[in-house]
Order: sequence, then structure tokens, then C-alpha cells
Amino acid sequence: MNAAPFCRDCLTFAASAQAVRCSVCGSPRLLRHKERDSLTIAHVDCDAFFAAVEKRDDPSLADKPVIIGGGKRGVVSTACYVARTYGVRSAMPMFKALEACPHAVVVKPDLEKYRVAGREVRDLMLELTPLVEPVSIDEAFLDLSGTERLHHGSAAVTLARFARRVEDKVGITISVGLSYNKFLAKIASDFEKPRGFSIIGREEAVEFLGDKPVSMIPGIGAAAQARLAKAGITRIGHLREGSLRALYEALGRDSQRLARLAVGQDDRPVRPERETKSVSAETTFDTDLSRFDDLEPILWRLCEKVSRRLKAAHLAGQSITLKLKDSEFRILTRTRSGLPPTQLAVRLFGPARQLLKAACDGTPFRLVGVGAADLCDGEEADHGDLADQSVLKDAHMESAIDRIRAKFGNDALQKGLALRKPQR
Amino acid sequence: MRVTVERAALLKALGHVHRVVERRNTIPILSNVLLRGEDGLLRLKATDLDIEVTETLPADISEPGSTTVPAYMIYDIVRKLPDGAQVSLEMSGDSGQMQIRSGRSRFMLQALPESDFPDLAAGDMPHRFTLSATDLKRLIEKTQFAISTEETRYYLNGIYLHTIDVGGATMLRAVATDGHRLARVELPAPAGSDGMPGVIVPRKAVAEIVKLVEDGSETVTIELSAAKVRLTFDGVVLTSKLIDGTFPDYQRVIPVGNDKLLTVERSDFAKAVDRVSTISSERGRAVKLALGDGRLTLTVTNPDSGSATEEIEVDYDAAPIDIGFNARYLLDITAQLDGDTALFKLADPGSPTIVQDREGASALYVLMPMRV
Repeated sequence: MNAAPFCRDCLTFAASAQAVRCSVCGSPRLLRHKERDSLTIAHVDCDAFFAAVEKRDDPSLADKPVIIGGGKRGVVSTACYVARTYGVRSAMPMFKALEACPHAVVVKPDLEKYRVAGREVRDLMLELTPLVEPVSIDEAFLDLSGTERLHHGSAAVTLARFARRVEDKVGITISVGLSYNKFLAKIASDFEKPRGFSIIGREEAVEFLGDKPVSMIPGIGAAAQARLAKAGITRIGHLREGSLRALYEALGRDSQRLARLAVGQDDRPVRPERETKSVSAETTFDTDLSRFDDLEPILWRLCEKVSRRLKAAHLAGQSITLKLKDSEFRILTRTRSGLPPTQLAVRLFGPARQLLKAACDGTPFRLVGVGAADLCDGEEADHGDLADQSVLKDAHMESAIDRIRAKFGNDALQKGLALRKPQR
Repeated sequence: MRVTVERAALLKALGHVHRVVERRNTIPILSNVLLRGEDGLLRLKATDLDIEVTETLPADISEPGSTTVPAYMIYDIVRKLPDGAQVSLEMSGDSGQMQIRSGRSRFMLQALPESDFPDLAAGDMPHRFTLSATDLKRLIEKTQFAISTEETRYYLNGIYLHTIDVGGATMLRAVATDGHRLARVELPAPAGSDGMPGVIVPRKAVAEIVKLVEDGSETVTIELSAAKVRLTFDGVVLTSKLIDGTFPDYQRVIPVGNDKLLTVERSDFAKAVDRVSTISSERGRAVKLALGDGRLTLTVTNPDSGSATEEIEVDYDAAPIDIGFNARYLLDITAQLDGDTALFKLADPGSPTIVQDREGASALYVLMPMRV
């Protein structure tokens, strides 16, 4: 292994260990760290992913603040780095974002396009190692242990080359965090965004974490932060100070895990396939809806979506959950479980429709969602049983519809119900 | 009201009626049992609005009248009174309380007036027939285990009772299914049952009927309308609403062409299934039956804990077949069979299998296979 700094731009090793800039291209983006070549767990995160894809496809947006978000209302799903300088953040209500940055270009999300780009990045990751654990459409953990000889370089060097490849092939930038476990890799990837590459080594981890806020730990949100602050814990270092017992009293079951994270210990392996627990779809309306007749067609389309996803993943659900959000942002969920396993839209729709009917009491809703859980193998679904032979008919009908749609597109064939427009 | 009654008789009657009362009620009067004394008889009645049970017993009525008191409480009080005691029940003035006295014990119970007590108006019951207690018990016992508890398919939450013409003879049939297994038992239709509507008797009523029929009445009179059923035992009358739904066309799922016949020793088979299923997990209860040339191999494989195999000699000479079943369902069904042997009629690993005592037996079970 070569201990000299590695240039992330021209992908060569610098001539001397003390070099400040690359001796070939003059770039300051040199990768150097005492443990650089011994760390193998990485977290890769695309920079402002949705916005980056939009900027890639429309170069006129390059220097403008771009916000990706839906419809008349709804929230910011991604803000590009230009927009972020105005204080725009993701999950911010759109009107607030536009107050902060009135000249921002708002782009409606094109999820299909992002999925394709995400898939491209994922495929490039899989060229490095089969141990890729996707966290979401634009981030993943990679375990590069044992790939040094295959890729002719340490994990760090491989990842630096990978970052360039993503820029060249997909046209977006990524940030990389490299460490010896998932927790620290995730923290590292967040450190130098965008186009970052941070390394946290074994020797420095504990000291590094000490003065960082507890909110840096993934999963510690506002509520947990408040609870911790009450116990006098605001920095990660505080988690190491008290006794485990005191920590347990403040945090309950989670305390052991946090205490271990605080000393940089996390032994969760990188798992290539995350087990799917549920498959769901939801949508926020332009204006609140309260009538069952208006919500029903939307529910039907969502059931079709969930069904499509279940079929693609060869899964079937045995419980159906209806989710509603009212105009006060209160979330209501209703579940029907113990159903015969199904992946058919009509079979998801039946119970979901009943739940919706019962929930429609005049309350205006801004969002409806439907999800299938208690998943099992799609093979076990929709065979019909001794009390229900009609499911076979449903299955045949739906597979005929699916074949037509596969050939002529999703809109080729619709239930009349799906075309019903809300009454104003 | 002032009534004196023998403790044992009162306890037995309360034992019958109090069971239908739901433990938790939002409507207070539904927690109560109605007591009415007149013409030398004490009449008790309890209901959950779906089922109503009434019972009459001889009593010494010194002042006729009626009231209602908490059912579980009066049942517990009478249960704890000494054997052979006389119990006196008396409404004390307008205090709204009923006094129970026996020996040196005295209880005052909050009462509610009879006028508030709901009546499960039975209406006209155009169909009426009589069954022996043994026959009724058989119809229920052989099918009760297959009743579904799945709320979405509420029409499966009971026993489907109907008459049907089988080769020129009219039979009274009981059918229950939860989709995975189906139980069907029949007997020659008793006089008066012909032409009755097919009805679904709900699970809770079925459970009460079993308990009442076990309390030794010789015959049971059954009366039916399209919406309600009434069963009269000695002195006890149970009226229940029927499930308002259509029972699926079960005849279509009973296979007719299953030609692979397997005969097993019933108790050997059940014990073997029970043994190998020890290995199985809560979720996957499948046991694999591998059949070939006079031999049955039962196998359970559980990735978490291991595997189990057992071989038994059987009567089988059709083509070899591997088929899986839920072990619990196999045990439930073999427990219902009467004879020493069990006859399985199989088609293929994906199709329903028939289980019977023997060819032509009056009880028939259908079992859906599982993937193994």
C-alpha cells in the first residue's frame, strides 16, 4: 500500500507525504489519513440528490437556487446547495422556503427519473462489492473489506475513484464517509458535504465524538434530544460519563446501544438485502378532502400502486393499514390484520375501503395512504381457499390487466372508479 | 316481588343464563339478569342483544313481581351460599334495591326496573322440529372446530345449518369452514325441518348450545325464522340472532375426483403427527406427508430448531406423492373421527384433500394443503 496522499481529482498518489496540493494536477483535494488504507466500511450519500438530477438535466438551473417539492402546498423535499445558503432546508413547508428564498426555482419531483439515477448509482456500487446496503434511494452503506486486490487499491482509493465515476457517468456528486463501522461512516459522510470524503479512524473516534451534539446520532430526533437534555446529556461525550444505570433510567432500553455508540462501537453488519417490512403508498392533496366519494378513487389508485410494488417484489400482505392526516396534521391509522395473503389491488382495496368508509366522518383530510404489512412470499397469495373461490377470478382478471398495462402503459386501462373527479 | 327458591335449582338456572352476559358492558342493564316471579314460577332471563337465554324454575311466590340485578354478582352470591339452603329474593319498597337472604346472610343489590330490559323480540318462527340431544351434539361437535374467527368474512363465523336432498333422502346438514379446512356432517332430516331456510348460527350461540345440551336434556326443539333461531331444552330457552350473510357454496370446493386413497390407523397417525410437529415453529406448522408403496413418512423441518421424521405403515398403493398440511388441522380433524381408521382421499399437492372415517361416512372433512 502507498501511504502518500491520494488525489481525488486526478486519482494519483502525490509525490511526497507532506504535499499540500497534488503534484500532478495541483488540486487541494488530497485524501490523507493515518488509517486511510485500513478502513473498509463506507457510507455514500448523494449530494442534494433530487436537485442535482434536475440541474444535470437542465444546465440553466446550475447557479440558481432550486427547490424540489410538490404541488401548491406540501414541503421541500430537497433544496440545492444554492438554496440552502438562503436557509432553505428539506422538510420545511414550501411557503416558508419561498419566504426565505423568493426567487428559488421550484421543480415538481419526478420520482421515476430519480429512481433511474439512484439505480445507476446503486449499480456502480455493486461493481465494487456485493455488500451494498441501501438506506434510501440516494444513500447506502458499503463494506469493502477484502476488495483491495480486486480493485488494486485500498477501500479509500476505490471509493475516491468511485466518486469520480459517479460524477462522470451519472452526472451528480456524492459524499463519502469512511470508517470502521456504520455509525461512524454515516457521521463522516455528513461532515464535508458536498463532494466530501471524510475519514474517522479507530484512534481518533472517541475523542472526535466527545464534543459532538447527541443529535448527530442517527435516530436521535427532537423528542429524544429533549429527554436527554433533561438528564444533562447534550454532547455525545456526556453519554460516557454517568453510570450505565443512570443512563438506563434516563433512556430506557436504548441506553446500552447509545453508550456503545458513544465510545465508537457499532457492530451492525452491512446487510445487502434489507428485509421489507411493509409496502405502502400515500399522497397529499392540493385541497383538503372529506367526502368518501372523493377519497375513494384516490384510495383505489394507491391500492393499485401498492399492488404493483408487491407484485414486483414477489411479496403479499396479510394486513392492510389505512393512513389519514387531517388538516391539523394529526395522523390517524387503522389496520385490518389476519387477512388471507394478497398482492391484488382489488383485495387490498376491499378492507382499505371499509376502513376509509368508517373513518370518513366529515373531517377534512390532507393526506391518504395505504400500506400492506405482515408480508409473506407472493407464491402463497391469492390461491383462493375453501370459502373463497372468487379470488381466483380476481387474480386472473388482474393479471390480464397487468399484461395489457405492461404492453400499452399504465393508463391504457383504468377502472371507471379511478377516473371520478372530486366534486368542488 | 317476594320469592323463595331452593339454592341448588337457582344456582343451576343462573349458571345457564349468566354466561351470555358480557363481562364489560356500556349499557348497564345488559349486565343484569331479569327475575320475574309469578304463578309459582321464577323466570330468569339474560341477553347480550344477540343471544337471549331464559329459564323457569318452580318457586314459592309470596308476592309476584319482577326486577333486574347484576348477573355475575347474583350468580357468585348464590354459588357461595351453603348447600341445601333456601334463598329469598325480595324487592324492598322503592329503594331500588333487591334483598337476597339465606340463613344468616343478607345482601342488598342495586336493581334496575324490568321495563328497561331489552327483549329480543323473537317474532314468528315458522319452522319447527325436534332433535335428540345426541344428534344435536354430534352436528355441533364435529363442525365447531372449523368455525372461522376472521371478522372480515363474518359469514364464516358460525355453523351453516340447512337441509339438502342426497340421493332422494332429505338430510339435515351442518357445515363450518375457515377457508383452510371444512367440516360437514349430516343426518336424516327430522320431521318438520324440510323446507327450512339455510341459516348460519353464530359462534357464541354454538358455544352456549354445547353447554346446555351437555346438561342432559333428552330432546331439543328447534324453531327457526330467517333471522332467528330458538332452541328449547328442559326449561331453558335460547334465542339467537342468525348471521345475516350468505354462506359460500361449499359443495363446489369438495373435490369429487380424488383417486389416491390412503388409510391410516387413526391414533397411530395422530400420535406421529403430534410427535414430529414438536419441532415446528409457531408460524410454519407444516408437516410433509411423503407417500409411496405402503409407507408414509412424516417430516417437519424448522430452519431455527431442526427436523423430525417418522415412518408409519399405511394402506396406500397409488402413485407416490408429497403433500403438506398444517399439523394442528390434521390433529383437529383426526380427533373428530369416530373409527379406528382414517381415510384420506388425495389428488395432488396443490388441491384439497378429503378426510373421513371411511367411504360414505356421515362426517366429511376437507383440508387445504400447504406448500412444503
